[in-house]
Amino acid sequence: MARMKFVCDAERCIECNGCVTACKNEHEVPWGVNRRRVVTLNDGVPGEKSISVACMHCSDAPCMAVCPVNCFYRTDEGVVLHDKDVCIGCGYCSYACPFGAPQFPSQGTFGVRGKMDKCTFCAGGPEANGSQAEFEKYGRNRLAEGKLPACAEMCSTKALLAGDGDVVADIFRTRVVQRGKGAEVWGWGTAYGSKQAGQPPKTGTPS
Amino acid sequence: MKHIVLFTTLAACLTACGEKPQTMALPRSDAPSYTGVTTGSAGSSAFTAPGWKPGDKTGWEQQLKARQQNSQNDYSRMN
Repeated sequence: MARMKFVCDAERCIECNGCVTACKNEHEVPWGVNRRRVVTLNDGVPGEKSISVACMHCSDAPCMAVCPVNCFYRTDEGVVLHDKDVCIGCGYCSYACPFGAPQFPSQGTFGVRGKMDKCTFCAGGPEANGSQAEFEKYGRNRLAEGKLPACAEMCSTKALLAGDGDVVADIFRTRVVQRGKGAEVWGWGTAYGSKQAGQPPKTGTPS
Repeated sequence: MKHIVLFTTLAACLTACGEKPQTMALPRSDAPSYTGVTTGSAGSSAFTAPGWKPGDKTGWEQQLKARQQNSQNDYSRMN
Protein backbone atom coordinates (compact mmCIF):
# COMPACT_ATOMS: atom_id res chain seq x y z
CA MET A 1 0.00 0.00 0.00
CA ALA A 2 1.13 3.52 -0.69
CA ARG A 3 1.47 6.01 2.10
CA MET A 4 -1.52 7.51 3.85
CA LYS A 5 -1.97 11.15 2.91
CA PHE A 6 -4.26 14.12 3.45
CA VAL A 7 -5.27 16.67 0.83
CA CYS A 8 -7.72 19.54 1.15
CA ASP A 9 -9.36 20.75 -2.04
CA ALA A 10 -9.61 24.53 -1.59
CA GLU A 11 -12.12 24.79 -4.44
CA ARG A 12 -14.56 22.69 -2.46
CA CYS A 13 -13.98 23.60 1.18
CA ILE A 14 -16.88 25.73 2.42
CA GLU A 15 -15.47 26.36 5.90
CA CYS A 16 -18.27 24.44 7.58
CA ASN A 17 -15.91 23.06 10.25
CA GLY A 18 -17.55 19.66 9.98
CA CYS A 19 -14.10 18.04 9.96
CA VAL A 20 -13.13 19.87 13.13
CA THR A 21 -16.32 18.78 14.87
CA ALA A 22 -16.02 15.20 13.64
CA CYS A 23 -12.47 14.99 14.97
CA LYS A 24 -13.29 16.47 18.35
CA ASN A 25 -16.29 14.22 18.76
CA GLU A 26 -14.64 11.03 17.56
CA HIS A 27 -11.64 11.35 19.81
CA GLU A 28 -13.22 13.32 22.65
CA VAL A 29 -10.51 15.95 22.34
CA PRO A 30 -10.55 18.35 25.32
CA TRP A 31 -11.24 22.06 25.19
CA GLY A 32 -8.33 24.11 23.95
CA VAL A 33 -6.93 21.33 21.80
CA ASN A 34 -7.75 21.33 18.10
CA ARG A 35 -6.20 18.52 16.17
CA ARG A 36 -7.77 19.91 13.00
CA ARG A 37 -8.61 23.50 12.10
CA VAL A 38 -10.07 25.29 9.10
CA VAL A 39 -7.98 28.20 7.90
CA THR A 40 -9.41 30.85 5.58
CA LEU A 41 -7.13 32.91 3.39
CA ASN A 42 -8.23 36.41 2.38
CA ASP A 43 -11.25 36.12 4.65
CA GLY A 44 -14.08 38.38 3.54
CA VAL A 45 -12.48 39.19 0.21
CA PRO A 46 -14.13 37.84 -2.96
CA GLY A 47 -12.33 34.66 -3.94
CA GLU A 48 -11.39 33.69 -0.38
CA LYS A 49 -10.14 30.15 0.05
CA SER A 50 -10.48 27.81 3.00
CA ILE A 51 -8.44 24.76 3.81
CA SER A 52 -8.65 22.21 6.55
CA VAL A 53 -5.31 21.77 8.29
CA ALA A 54 -3.99 19.13 10.67
CA CYS A 55 -0.92 16.95 10.90
CA MET A 56 -0.07 15.96 7.33
CA HIS A 57 2.01 12.95 8.38
CA CYS A 58 4.98 14.25 6.42
CA SER A 59 7.33 11.98 4.51
CA ASP A 60 10.30 13.60 6.21
CA ALA A 61 8.62 14.84 9.36
CA PRO A 62 10.42 17.78 11.03
CA CYS A 63 8.80 16.97 14.37
CA MET A 64 10.51 13.59 14.37
CA ALA A 65 13.83 15.23 13.59
CA VAL A 66 13.74 17.72 16.44
CA CYS A 67 12.18 15.64 19.22
CA PRO A 68 14.81 15.36 21.97
CA VAL A 69 13.30 12.21 23.47
CA ASN A 70 12.51 10.44 20.19
CA CYS A 71 8.86 9.94 21.00
CA PHE A 72 7.71 9.84 17.38
CA TYR A 73 7.48 6.80 15.15
CA ARG A 74 6.10 6.07 11.72
CA THR A 75 3.81 3.17 10.92
CA ASP A 76 4.10 0.97 7.84
CA GLU A 77 1.40 3.08 6.20
CA GLY A 78 3.39 6.27 6.72
CA VAL A 79 1.31 7.63 9.59
CA VAL A 80 3.39 9.69 12.01
CA LEU A 81 2.43 8.86 15.60
CA HIS A 82 3.92 9.58 18.99
CA ASP A 83 4.18 7.98 22.40
CA LYS A 84 2.73 10.17 25.13
CA ASP A 85 4.51 8.16 27.80
CA VAL A 86 7.81 9.33 26.34
CA CYS A 87 6.84 12.92 25.41
CA ILE A 88 8.09 15.54 27.87
CA GLY A 89 6.00 18.39 26.47
CA CYS A 90 9.00 20.52 25.51
CA GLY A 91 7.23 21.98 22.47
CA TYR A 92 10.11 21.68 19.99
CA CYS A 93 7.83 19.83 17.56
CA SER A 94 5.43 22.75 17.69
CA TYR A 95 8.15 25.11 16.48
CA ALA A 96 9.33 22.68 13.79
CA CYS A 97 5.94 21.79 12.32
CA PRO A 98 5.04 23.86 9.23
CA PHE A 99 1.34 23.12 9.77
CA GLY A 100 0.97 24.01 13.45
CA ALA A 101 -0.21 20.49 14.17
CA PRO A 102 1.19 19.79 17.66
CA GLN A 103 -1.22 20.90 20.38
CA PHE A 104 -0.60 21.20 24.09
CA PRO A 105 -3.31 20.97 26.73
CA SER A 106 -2.91 23.76 29.26
CA GLN A 107 -5.26 22.70 32.01
CA GLY A 108 -2.53 22.07 34.57
CA THR A 109 -1.60 24.33 37.43
CA PHE A 110 -0.30 27.73 36.27
CA GLY A 111 -1.14 26.72 32.69
CA VAL A 112 1.70 24.22 32.63
CA ARG A 113 2.13 22.63 29.22
CA GLY A 114 1.08 19.00 29.07
CA LYS A 115 2.05 16.26 26.72
CA MET A 116 1.72 16.94 23.03
CA ASP A 117 -1.46 15.95 21.24
CA LYS A 118 -1.97 15.83 17.50
CA CYS A 119 -3.89 14.20 14.68
CA THR A 120 -3.24 10.45 14.58
CA PHE A 121 -4.85 9.84 11.18
CA CYS A 122 -7.35 7.98 13.36
CA ALA A 123 -4.67 5.35 13.99
CA GLY A 124 -4.38 5.64 17.77
CA GLY A 125 -1.01 5.15 19.44
CA PRO A 126 1.35 2.49 20.72
CA GLU A 127 -1.19 0.98 23.10
CA ALA A 128 -3.16 -2.08 22.02
CA ASN A 129 -5.36 -1.27 19.03
CA GLY A 130 -8.84 -0.26 20.07
CA SER A 131 -8.13 -0.53 23.80
CA GLN A 132 -9.50 1.85 26.41
CA ALA A 133 -5.95 2.97 27.26
CA GLU A 134 -5.37 3.90 23.64
CA PHE A 135 -8.66 5.76 23.41
CA GLU A 136 -7.98 7.82 26.51
CA LYS A 137 -4.59 8.96 25.25
CA TYR A 138 -5.00 9.14 21.50
CA GLY A 139 -8.65 8.66 20.62
CA ARG A 140 -10.32 6.11 18.40
CA ASN A 141 -8.34 3.76 16.17
CA ARG A 142 -10.45 3.76 13.02
CA LEU A 143 -7.77 2.36 10.75
CA ALA A 144 -7.74 -0.86 12.80
CA GLU A 145 -11.51 -0.99 12.25
CA GLY A 146 -11.02 -0.77 8.50
CA LYS A 147 -12.21 2.83 8.32
CA LEU A 148 -10.71 6.08 7.10
CA PRO A 149 -10.22 9.23 9.23
CA ALA A 150 -13.49 10.62 10.54
CA CYS A 151 -12.76 14.16 9.28
CA ALA A 152 -12.55 13.07 5.66
CA GLU A 153 -15.47 10.68 5.88
CA MET A 154 -17.65 13.41 7.41
CA CYS A 155 -16.66 16.11 4.90
CA SER A 156 -19.92 17.10 3.23
CA THR A 157 -18.37 18.51 0.06
CA LYS A 158 -15.62 15.89 -0.09
CA ALA A 159 -13.04 18.66 0.01
CA LEU A 160 -10.91 16.78 2.48
CA LEU A 161 -9.44 13.63 1.01
CA ALA A 162 -7.66 11.07 3.15
CA GLY A 163 -6.29 7.61 2.61
CA ASP A 164 -3.96 5.86 0.21
CA GLY A 165 -1.84 8.55 -1.46
CA ASP A 166 -2.26 7.08 -4.94
CA VAL A 167 -6.05 7.04 -4.69
CA VAL A 168 -6.08 10.55 -3.22
CA ALA A 169 -3.98 11.80 -6.13
CA ASP A 170 -6.23 10.04 -8.66
CA ILE A 171 -9.40 11.52 -7.21
CA PHE A 172 -7.92 15.01 -7.09
CA ARG A 173 -6.51 14.75 -10.61
CA THR A 174 -9.93 13.78 -11.98
CA ARG A 175 -11.50 16.80 -10.30
CA VAL A 176 -8.92 19.22 -11.67
CA VAL A 177 -9.28 17.84 -15.19
CA GLN A 178 -13.06 18.05 -15.01
CA ARG A 179 -13.28 21.60 -13.71
CA GLY A 180 -10.15 22.90 -15.42
CA LYS A 181 -8.84 24.85 -12.45
CA GLY A 182 -7.87 24.61 -8.79
CA ALA A 183 -4.80 22.43 -9.18
CA GLU A 184 -3.06 24.08 -6.23
CA VAL A 185 -2.70 21.63 -3.39
CA TRP A 186 -1.59 23.63 -0.40
CA GLY A 187 0.79 21.76 1.83
CA TRP A 188 1.32 18.78 -0.47
CA GLY A 189 4.84 19.78 -1.51
CA THR A 190 5.80 20.76 2.02
CA ALA A 191 4.57 17.51 3.50
CA TYR A 192 5.30 14.93 0.85
CA GLY A 193 7.98 16.58 -1.28
CA SER A 194 7.58 18.30 -4.60
CA LYS A 195 9.51 18.08 -7.85
CA GLN A 196 9.19 21.84 -8.26
CA ALA A 197 10.26 22.78 -4.76
CA GLY A 198 13.78 24.16 -4.54
CA GLN A 199 14.37 23.96 -8.28
CA PRO A 200 15.84 26.97 -10.13
CA PRO A 201 13.41 28.71 -12.49
CA LYS A 202 13.41 27.56 -16.08
CA THR A 203 15.55 29.55 -18.52
CA GLY A 204 13.70 32.47 -20.01
CA THR A 205 11.10 32.75 -17.29
CA PRO A 206 11.01 36.07 -15.46
CA SER A 207 12.52 35.86 -12.01
CA MET B 1 30.81 9.65 70.00
CA LYS B 2 29.51 12.93 68.68
CA HIS B 3 31.51 12.48 65.49
CA ILE B 4 30.21 8.99 64.92
CA VAL B 5 26.61 10.16 65.22
CA LEU B 6 27.30 13.09 62.91
CA PHE B 7 28.97 10.95 60.23
CA THR B 8 26.25 8.33 60.45
CA THR B 9 23.58 10.98 60.03
CA LEU B 10 25.42 12.54 57.10
CA ALA B 11 25.91 9.17 55.46
CA ALA B 12 22.23 8.37 55.90
CA CYS B 13 21.27 11.72 54.37
CA LEU B 14 23.57 11.19 51.40
CA THR B 15 21.85 7.99 50.42
CA ALA B 16 19.03 10.16 49.10
CA CYS B 17 21.46 11.66 46.63
CA GLY B 18 21.99 8.37 44.85
CA GLU B 19 21.20 8.49 41.16
CA LYS B 20 19.45 5.62 39.48
CA PRO B 21 20.68 4.67 36.03
CA GLN B 22 18.46 6.09 33.29
CA THR B 23 17.86 4.53 29.92
CA MET B 24 16.20 6.32 27.06
CA ALA B 25 12.75 4.89 26.61
CA LEU B 26 12.13 4.35 22.93
CA PRO B 27 8.59 4.34 21.59
CA ARG B 28 6.92 1.03 22.04
CA SER B 29 6.15 -0.99 18.98
CA ASP B 30 2.68 -0.55 17.58
CA ALA B 31 0.65 -3.40 16.16
CA PRO B 32 -0.12 -2.90 12.47
CA SER B 33 -3.61 -1.64 11.72
CA TYR B 34 -4.53 -4.62 9.54
CA THR B 35 -4.36 -6.89 12.58
CA GLY B 36 -7.57 -5.30 13.81
CA VAL B 37 -8.60 -4.29 17.29
CA THR B 38 -7.84 -6.14 20.49
CA THR B 39 -11.12 -5.49 22.25
CA GLY B 40 -13.38 -7.76 20.25
CA SER B 41 -13.04 -11.38 19.24
CA ALA B 42 -10.59 -12.38 16.49
CA GLY B 43 -9.51 -8.79 15.91
CA SER B 44 -12.90 -7.34 15.15
CA SER B 45 -15.47 -5.54 17.24
CA ALA B 46 -18.98 -4.26 16.70
CA PHE B 47 -17.48 -1.17 15.08
CA THR B 48 -15.25 -2.99 12.60
CA ALA B 49 -16.18 -2.30 9.01
CA PRO B 50 -17.32 -5.32 7.03
CA GLY B 51 -15.51 -6.52 3.92
CA TRP B 52 -12.19 -7.68 5.35
CA LYS B 53 -10.77 -10.10 7.86
CA PRO B 54 -8.43 -8.84 10.59
CA GLY B 55 -4.93 -10.14 9.90
CA ASP B 56 -5.39 -10.12 6.13
CA LYS B 57 -3.20 -7.24 5.00
CA THR B 58 -4.20 -7.32 1.35
CA GLY B 59 -7.87 -7.51 2.24
CA TRP B 60 -7.53 -4.55 4.59
CA GLU B 61 -5.80 -2.48 1.92
CA GLN B 62 -8.40 -3.34 -0.70
CA GLN B 63 -11.21 -2.58 1.69
CA LEU B 64 -9.74 0.84 2.52
CA LYS B 65 -9.23 1.66 -1.16
CA ALA B 66 -12.79 0.63 -1.99
CA ARG B 67 -14.10 2.67 0.92
CA GLN B 68 -12.06 5.64 -0.28
CA GLN B 69 -13.44 5.38 -3.81
CA ASN B 70 -17.01 4.95 -2.62
CA SER B 71 -16.99 7.71 -0.05
CA GLN B 72 -14.66 10.33 -1.54
CA ASN B 73 -14.71 9.98 -5.31
CA ASP B 74 -18.04 11.46 -6.31
CA TYR B 75 -17.16 11.31 -10.02
CA SER B 76 -17.12 7.52 -9.90
CA ARG B 77 -20.45 7.54 -8.09
CA MET B 78 -22.19 9.97 -10.44
CA ASN B 79 -20.93 8.67 -13.79
